[in-house]
Amino acid sequence: MDLLELRNLKKYFATQKAVDDISLTIKEGSIFGMLGPNGAGKTTLLRMITGIFYPDSGEVIFNGKKFDPMSDFRNIGYMPEERGLYKKMKIGEQAVYLARLKGLSKAEANQKVKEWFVKFEMQSWWNKKVEDLSKGMSQKLQFVTTVLHEPKLIILDEPFSGLDPVNANLIKDEIFKLAKNGSTIIFSTHRMEQVEEICDHIVLINKGQKILDGSVYNVKQDFKENIYQLGATTLPEHMMTYIFEVVKHERDKVLLKLQHDATPNDVLKHFINHGIPIHSFNEVLPSLNDIFIKLVEGTTNARQFQPIK
Amino acid sequence: MSKTGLIISREYFTRVRKKSFLLTTILVPLVIVAFYAAIIMITVKGGTDETKLAIIDEAGLFSDSLLSEQKTIKASIIKNETENSFTPKYKDQGYQAFLYVPMVNFDSVQKLSVHSTSSLSLTNSIAIERLTNKAIENKRLVSKGIDPNVYKSITANVKIENTIDSKDGSKKGSAGIAYAVSFLCGILIYMMMIIYGTQVMRGVMEEKTNRIAEVIVSSVKPFQLMLGKIIGIGAVGLTQFAIWIILMSILTSIIPLLVPGLSEQVSAAAATGGDAAKDVNMLATISAGLATLPIAKIVFLFMFYFLAGYLTYASLFAAIGSVVSEDQQEAQQLIFPVLMPIIVGFVIMTQSINNPHSSLAVFGSLFPLTSPIVMMGRITYDIPMWQLIVSMLLLVGSFLFFTWITGKIYRTGILMYGKKPSWKEMLKWAFKKN
Repeated sequence: MDLLELRNLKKYFATQKAVDDISLTIKEGSIFGMLGPNGAGKTTLLRMITGIFYPDSGEVIFNGKKFDPMSDFRNIGYMPEERGLYKKMKIGEQAVYLARLKGLSKAEANQKVKEWFVKFEMQSWWNKKVEDLSKGMSQKLQFVTTVLHEPKLIILDEPFSGLDPVNANLIKDEIFKLAKNGSTIIFSTHRMEQVEEICDHIVLINKGQKILDGSVYNVKQDFKENIYQLGATTLPEHMMTYIFEVVKHERDKVLLKLQHDATPNDVLKHFINHGIPIHSFNEVLPSLNDIFIKLVEGTTNARQFQPIK
Repeated sequence: MSKTGLIISREYFTRVRKKSFLLTTILVPLVIVAFYAAIIMITVKGGTDETKLAIIDEAGLFSDSLLSEQKTIKASIIKNETENSFTPKYKDQGYQAFLYVPMVNFDSVQKLSVHSTSSLSLTNSIAIERLTNKAIENKRLVSKGIDPNVYKSITANVKIENTIDSKDGSKKGSAGIAYAVSFLCGILIYMMMIIYGTQVMRGVMEEKTNRIAEVIVSSVKPFQLMLGKIIGIGAVGLTQFAIWIILMSILTSIIPLLVPGLSEQVSAAAATGGDAAKDVNMLATISAGLATLPIAKIVFLFMFYFLAGYLTYASLFAAIGSVVSEDQQEAQQLIFPVLMPIIVGFVIMTQSINNPHSSLAVFGSLFPLTSPIVMMGRITYDIPMWQLIVSMLLLVGSFLFFTWITGKIYRTGILMYGKKPSWKEMLKWAFKKN
């Protein structure tokens, strides 16, 4: 079932088409990656999903109904890219306050905050102020306040920036757990290795438009270039054949690009016939990083200002 | 609790629990009461320092009986000295000043000169002038064949007492007290609007620069956040007022206990008569004057204009806070057009205390941007009912209008970073649909 559906969303600012006709659907319980270069319009799109901005045109369908910020605030947890907390407020109080703003009762909020603080080993922070925390610590706090009220939809904009590997893993595990328990997660980042590791489904946004949409597996299949890696104990200096082209040659392994509709079996046969002892053979899929660069490259790095007609 | 209620209570409690709030709330009335006490002490104890004046009276104007009547000046006639010979000596003989009266005709004398070691205080020079004029008057009376005692008995000294005939019956008026109360109310509203208005602005700027605004507006409407902040800070202001009023009334009632013997001194001074007694009588007049004012009406109007005025301006301050980023200087530029009407209102208020029914005063107390302050200038006078009603309706109307407009500017501004928007852009935000 789709938890969220965007239909032809548009948002124009005075000098930019920030979001220009984007439609997409997100399945309930999935981890959805939203990728794109800086200034592609990701934040604007996320703000429309959270109800902070109204779209100029188009619709947001949440949980089968037209999105209504007033009743759906409770079901959304949003962690913006720029972290925001009251610097002078005590941490425990602040977490309870933010949870209550989401609609939790005082007792409920207190209990949930305590649970999460225990889980993240933050109990001793309760009476400290945010200004006393390091960047990584306030990041953890921000994550807790985002997911505390058990929203159906959790939106995380660059959740790992500023975290050390231990804490990043801690949060990554929580993200998986939340998804397993039925929460849907939108994950916005430009760190491709994290996307490959975490996301089921991705969209790539550039210049306000969606240029790629699919599961991580399908996207990789779509962009594969029939490149295989073969490992052998010894390899001949020259391997001239019509079946493949050598992309990269090392002492004990070689990258091959298949040609003329050849299949992997043809390649193996070729090497077996030449009596070369093979110890590994596998397909090399492009990394999301490569795909990202391939698609975005060539378009100007920074978005130019364009007049809106 | 509703979300707006939650925001209000956060804004309120984070401020009220601050040490600086406690400090100002307790210190201000202490300072005022200490000042008040000091004035009483001075009026009771002060005035004992006499100025010693030497007079070389070549024209024979001064009589001993006249000089002995004087209280603030102890004057003595010096004989066998001239102006030149006495000038270097009067200081050593303990006189602060000396008056030289040459051989003049008292019918035509215009000017006399007084020597002193340092420039004479205003009270002293007035006293010397009065003394000299009295002496010359006496001489002239005698030369015209009028007995000075007869003249004294026919001199009129009538005090004018103002009785105001209003609907609730006649009562005694007290212009001085009315003036003071008006001025105090006006100055309080003026200060509170600026102090708490800028607090609203700084609070909004803090939320914007901390980027917490984005988190909050994913939970509540921006308008709720703005309203919660404004109401929360307004409640802090009211709390401060309440504490001040309570503290002041407690302190003023225990001062006589804290300064033992003060009341005896007051009554002693009253018994002996003289200037000190006059001051004590003034204290009595103050409390009598306060009693004649329509306190309930004043308190009601004050609270109404404080709240409505604060709410109107706070929304403007919130809008300013939402459009500027970290730069304090940008805020200063934008704040100016908002402060202008407050200051103009204050100026009109000082005028309308003296002239409460002038057209400027009436205009100022109807125009919603100045009415909260200017109306205080007229508060102790009878204001026509229609003016009160129109002024209140206009103020409430403009509060609603400004909150509606600034709410829209706020909503856009709080999520905008980078360049400060121009006035044109802000107007566009203000009148944009949804």
